Amino acid sequence: MATYATDALHRDPVAEADELSFQDMGHEHHPEGSTMLGFWLYLMSDCLIFTVLFATYAVLGRNYAAGPSPKDLFDLSLVAVNTAMLLFSSITYGFAMLAMERGDQSKTQLWLAVTGLFGAAFIGIELYEFAHLIHEGATPQRSAFLSSFFTLVGTHGLHVTFGLIWLVVLMLQVQQRGLIVENQRRLMCLSMFWHFLDVIWIGVFTFVYLMGVLQ
Amino acid sequence: MSGASGHAANHGQAHGHGDHGHGAVHGHGSFKDYVTGFVLSVILTAIPFWLVMGGVIADSLITGIVILGFAIVQIIVHMIYFLHMNTKSEGGWTFLALIFTVTIVAITLSGSIWVMHHLNTNMMPITADDARHAP
Repeated sequence: MATYATDALHRDPVAEADELSFQDMGHEHHPEGSTMLGFWLYLMSDCLIFTVLFATYAVLGRNYAAGPSPKDLFDLSLVAVNTAMLLFSSITYGFAMLAMERGDQSKTQLWLAVTGLFGAAFIGIELYEFAHLIHEGATPQRSAFLSSFFTLVGTHGLHVTFGLIWLVVLMLQVQQRGLIVENQRRLMCLSMFWHFLDVIWIGVFTFVYLMGVLQ
Repeated sequence: MSGASGHAANHGQAHGHGDHGHGAVHGHGSFKDYVTGFVLSVILTAIPFWLVMGGVIADSLITGIVILGFAIVQIIVHMIYFLHMNTKSEGGWTFLALIFTVTIVAITLSGSIWVMHHLNTNMMPITADDARHAP
């Protein structure tokens, strides 16, 4: 079992794949295939959470209670910068995965760090936006539109925050144990999570910000 | 599920960029895949922002439909180039789960909007005061 982990980087994978059937993996090691499928199913259920929040926003998004509307509140250039941050972090995470594939630990760490910085910038800009809105009196309590807005965008921001914590933890793990099979699996899960959040953000900036300003 | 898909991690290391088509949803893409996805995403993001911020199309309904179209295309681009989605990974189960999710998403969104819109137009009592303050 111990040799499996340490030798993982040096084995001939085709031979191994034939030799180690799925069942063999089951009781001795964590089967990677089922982890990925399980994580994908988690992402799909997470997608349903966001669907409900999007539906709530779609229903309540025009109930301003005589308060500010999206047109009064949203600064699209700020949203564009934020979108760019998340998009950059997506491709830098991709580069981290490519470095991991090559077994290049320092490059993996470097790209993960860059991804973390872009993610942190995204959260920073979002918090700045929220603080600005609340300072202007556009709090979640102000109207149904603002309640649903803060819930939807805030939930996405919370996901990114936890993604960042996960990223830092994984960087420490890679630092201590290197790119072992377990860490590769974890990095692949975070990769899916991170790209998934970018997909959700496409919905947010289109449906909430751009279409909000259009009305 | 075959042993091969369970070992996509190891496959990725050895074959490198060449065989991602053979891999799974978690098999990594190539450098070219990521860059293609990124360039497409930048274009598909920039155009909707330009349409709205520049007020290119006078009719906001048409603009809305167009930017929704861009969003859907961009989501598909992300699925293919960043999440490496295909119909074969994990014996097709990831794709099946995706189809199921997309169905539920479509029903939930369109159903909520449809029902609540009719509720608002047909049932909502509107007073003179409401009318004056309507957005």
